[in-house]
Amino acid sequence: MSTPENTTTNGRRSFYLYTRYERFWHWFQALLIMLLLLTGFEVHGSISLLGFERAVTVHNFLGLTWLIAFAFFVFWVFTTGEWKQYVPTTKMMFEVMAYYGYGIFAGQPHPCPKRPDAKHNPLQRMTYLSLAAVLLPFQMVTGLLYYLYNSWAEMGITGLSLEVVAVAHLIGAFAILLFLIVHVYMTTTGHTLFAHIKAMFTGVEEVEHASEVADWEKKTPA
Amino acid sequence: MRRQARRSWLLVTAIVAAAVLAFGPAGAKTGADEDKAPGRKLAQNAVMAPGGRWTTVDHSKLEALQKDFATPEEVTVACLSCHTQAADQIHHTIHWTWICDNCSSEAPMGKYGRTINNFCIAVPSNEPRCTSCHIGYGWKDKNFDFKANNKIDCLVCHDTTHTYEKYPAGAGNPVKEPTVFPESGKTYEPPDYKKIVGKVGKPDRINCGTCHFYGGGGDAVKHGDLDSSMAMPKKSLDVHMDAEGQNFACQRCHTTKNHHIAGRLYTTPAAPERISLTEADLASKIACESCHSAAPHKTDVKSNDHTDKVACQACHIPQFARIIPTKMVWDWSTAGQKNAEGKPFKKDGPLGKPSYDSKKGDFVWEKNVVPEYRWFNGAMSHKLITDVIDPSDVVALNQPVGSPDDPKSRIMPFKVHRGKQPYDSVQKTMVIPNLFGGKDSDAYWVKYDWKKAIEAGMAYVDLPFSGEFGFVSTEYYYPTTHMVAPREQVVRCEECHSPAGRLKDLPGVYIPGRDVSAAVTGLGFTASGLALLGVLGHGALRFISRKKREGRS
Repeated sequence: MSTPENTTTNGRRSFYLYTRYERFWHWFQALLIMLLLLTGFEVHGSISLLGFERAVTVHNFLGLTWLIAFAFFVFWVFTTGEWKQYVPTTKMMFEVMAYYGYGIFAGQPHPCPKRPDAKHNPLQRMTYLSLAAVLLPFQMVTGLLYYLYNSWAEMGITGLSLEVVAVAHLIGAFAILLFLIVHVYMTTTGHTLFAHIKAMFTGVEEVEHASEVADWEKKTPA
Repeated sequence: MRRQARRSWLLVTAIVAAAVLAFGPAGAKTGADEDKAPGRKLAQNAVMAPGGRWTTVDHSKLEALQKDFATPEEVTVACLSCHTQAADQIHHTIHWTWICDNCSSEAPMGKYGRTINNFCIAVPSNEPRCTSCHIGYGWKDKNFDFKANNKIDCLVCHDTTHTYEKYPAGAGNPVKEPTVFPESGKTYEPPDYKKIVGKVGKPDRINCGTCHFYGGGGDAVKHGDLDSSMAMPKKSLDVHMDAEGQNFACQRCHTTKNHHIAGRLYTTPAAPERISLTEADLASKIACESCHSAAPHKTDVKSNDHTDKVACQACHIPQFARIIPTKMVWDWSTAGQKNAEGKPFKKDGPLGKPSYDSKKGDFVWEKNVVPEYRWFNGAMSHKLITDVIDPSDVVALNQPVGSPDDPKSRIMPFKVHRGKQPYDSVQKTMVIPNLFGGKDSDAYWVKYDWKKAIEAGMAYVDLPFSGEFGFVSTEYYYPTTHMVAPREQVVRCEECHSPAGRLKDLPGVYIPGRDVSAAVTGLGFTASGLALLGVLGHGALRFISRKKREGRS
């Protein structure tokens, strides 16, 4: 796949990074997660928006929708080879953390800028892998168990209490909320406040400082 | 080409979004069509047609009844001359004995057993007043002949003219001459037996209500879900008994066999199994599920998920005593006060009901009462008069049996009648006081002396009394099962699924929205707040350092 890459007038390099499906998936999942958090916290009794009954109905519908849509994402991630962008590494991890802890204030360049064939920096790889492979499936499994509570006996599930499942699901929800807060903030760390968000709509990412991509970073190692 | 593809993507996204947003409102469909099922309509027409009683007898033409009856006993003899099995059947019913058959091997249970309540406490020693609600004549003391056939009162249940009345303090007898009942000032007329016997038939709500609406000494006192408003209720009060609609008689659910009427509530459940009539067409007692099945909600799957743990009544009877106030508190300990003239008196309270009566103490009445909820498997456990109690705590004179771990238990609404009543403070047992009696008796309503009244009551039932007494707080439970409201008035989800809702104290079950796991929730929101502060701080630092750098360059 050839990726169009241009140098813009202000010296930044721009390139097509997020495919159409990826962008759709991102925003669709974002909408689902935010609505699930809202309705979920209403079912939990923390907020009041739709009324309990409607909150439950909407939450169940969104949850099942998410489960089905996630299956398409899994299919996509494996058939396109995008999974390689999620392989964790510790290389440059410290540098990236140091950048967000110090360098960013000193105006230093990002140690691992985005490249067409290296979407994620080491910190992102770790975060998104944990999210896509652990936290989100955990939330889907606990949510599905919660949803199927009345059929546990028929399904042969014993020794599990609704409270345990509900609290696990609640802890998962808080973990996702924490991710959401930090994630939304991190989108403002591009060359402008909304640069990353814009990129997630257009698919075209603009990177301030051009640098070489190390072999290990490449999607398909040479 | 590319632009077109982008547009179609937009369309797909829009459709998905619309489906998401539209799902909620589209969720509820009405089930109006189900009422129009042709078979159902035909069945109703057949049962409710004028003169459609399924009988081949006109009692006014029977030879045995062509006479001027001087006493009610003569009527009974005439009835039994054709209904040869009726007396034997009646003699075996709890309606006759006021003792629950096979309820306990320890001691007899029932109104005339070793169980008591916190209204007028107990029947023994007070018979002439209490037994005005007995289906017999002349049960004035413990020597009543329970074997006598002619003492059976057929008319109180089978009079369809609704002119037959028993005198309130006449041991179950109607009056022979017009008589004024001093307490209410009402005049009781001798029944016109000939007219009544010509029209006897199946009992209707008014017959059963003659006693069951007035338990505890007045309209709506005892049950909360059974009072005179249920004689001819509107649909808004009870969807099944709605006089202009389905018009259920009591026996429609309280199935009857050989004069045994299902539904009494002591140690065994009235309806041992929750089964549909399609599974067993001769169920011993009709319960909600007999007709409605275990999955009665057509459009709302989640409600059907509740039927294993929540009794139908819990949601479908949002309040009881919706028309007539019911007694909720009865404090005997304040009884006996006299007015300036040294006479007993009554005080009117809110809701048009008395708040004090020298004979009985203080009352609290309530209307539109939200029930209390307990785990219930259909049986009640009763304290016996001989049981040792803990007077420092509230004594439950009866209690629903059930637990969250028992698959036959469900969450059931109850009226809990709370009170204070005398107990033996040395033996730590409850007592039976003699309340009603003749002028020379030691009855409380004659001498206003608790000690004498208790001595007389306990001696009457051959139980010891130490001579010392106090007053103890008690409660008495009535399952709330009548006054089923139309579906629009059903209890809403958040009335239970919230921390301060109807089920706030119900143990043994995790209820989403009620059980908020405070520690986890608190920690979660704290962490989220800290994360928010963290990123805001990080952003502020970025902003400041950028300004500084720009200032330097």
